Amino acid sequence: MRAGALFLVALFAWPAVAVEPVTIAVASNFYATATELSTQFSDDTGIVVRVSNGSTGKLYAQILNGAPFDVFLSADAERPALLEKSGHAVADSRFTYAQGVLVLWSRDATDCLAVLQDANSGRVAIANPETAPYGRAAVEYLSGAGIWNAVSERVVYGENIAQAMQFAATGNATIGLVAKSQLRAPQLPEPACTWEVPASSHSNLEQQAILLARAAANNSARRFYDFLRSDEAREIVRRHGYELTP
Amino acid sequence: MNLFGPFWLSIQLALVTTLILVVIGTPIAWWLSRTTTRWKPAIQAVVALPIVLPPTVLGFYLLILLGPDGAIGSWWVRLTGDALTFSFTGLVIASCIYSLPFAVQPMQTAFEALPDRYLERAWTLGASKLDAFFSIAVPMSLQGVVSGVVLAFAHTLGEFGVVLMVGGNIPGETRVVSIAIYDHVETLNYAAAHRMSLLLLAFAFVVLAGMFVFNRRRGAR
Repeated sequence: MRAGALFLVALFAWPAVAVEPVTIAVASNFYATATELSTQFSDDTGIVVRVSNGSTGKLYAQILNGAPFDVFLSADAERPALLEKSGHAVADSRFTYAQGVLVLWSRDATDCLAVLQDANSGRVAIANPETAPYGRAAVEYLSGAGIWNAVSERVVYGENIAQAMQFAATGNATIGLVAKSQLRAPQLPEPACTWEVPASSHSNLEQQAILLARAAANNSARRFYDFLRSDEAREIVRRHGYELTP
Repeated sequence: MNLFGPFWLSIQLALVTTLILVVIGTPIAWWLSRTTTRWKPAIQAVVALPIVLPPTVLGFYLLILLGPDGAIGSWWVRLTGDALTFSFTGLVIASCIYSLPFAVQPMQTAFEALPDRYLERAWTLGASKLDAFFSIAVPMSLQGVVSGVVLAFAHTLGEFGVVLMVGGNIPGETRVVSIAIYDHVETLNYAAAHRMSLLLLAFAFVVLAGMFVFNRRRGAR
């Protein structure tokens, strides 16, 4: 009887002495990279990392509404700055972890640019520009190229960049404006064309990370945050198709 | 984004879907209420599946079936030149599957409660089977028929997950009110989300209350 009670006490006391897990909120374009990063980090430290993904705007709204995230890996610099200003994040913890690259991707069309011009060539998939920085960059690029008005009638909006890629990968959309980092997915069909959109043709896809206020007392979160800035992590990020600022 | 555009689109979707479900759901309900085939449980299960399945399962299958490579989608592309996914027509097909049990089940229950002898009497008086159905079966089962129609309509109005997967969020084409509200919440535009949600809430209440008032009056008679 007493042994049982002791066991119960031990059972409930256990999580308190165990290492705290880290929960990170990751913009969809970075999901595969974050998964690899967290696996590496867990192998190194034994700390469990839980990865939650979605569009940057959606995660931002969730954080404002009290979502239990420790680190936010955004697809822009704007929302981390807002979180810092509103006190939802640790001051001065913002840094650029990756520089995103926008690409055209098509499963069936051999000439990506021709598809954009051809009004009869089917749907164009982009991420929702309201919530996804890659979607906004796509609209900026198409507007700058002077074809947004023509293309907009053929545009379908993915809830996040992962869905935009899915629309293009399944052939439901003829072409997608997606993140270069998504092209490494092993389950993706072989593209008929890909084309890197020049970085100068849309606003900067500077992706910033920030330590959220909730993580201030979580040592594991701090360690993961430090790991993100390590050379080891930066090498993984680069391998996934991102540019890095020195 | 205006308030009524997505709302009106949802109403249109619900109206077209309900109309189609009355046409195909009523014979199914009647047949199910009278059949003695041993396959009846299997067919009933198929009709009821959308109640149990998560919208993601329907959305996933529809994305494959209705897409340009899909069995239905490729045929539709040859016929019209357009894909079914990301189109209003595609949403109508999705909604018909999604809301089918909500139309069929109340009608079937009402038809099952109708004794055969009423119909037999009509037949002996020279009425055709179709005539007997419309002048005897439908009026006597009106509560069930109305419930089926209202539930199919209301359920389509509340559709979200399937549309999120096969709609593509196109204004005026597939951005129905539930998707528009989701977008507003995601972008922290709570004022617009409140306006649309309240409108939908009031509308749904009026439709359902109307149905219950109708059914009570019928019941009292």
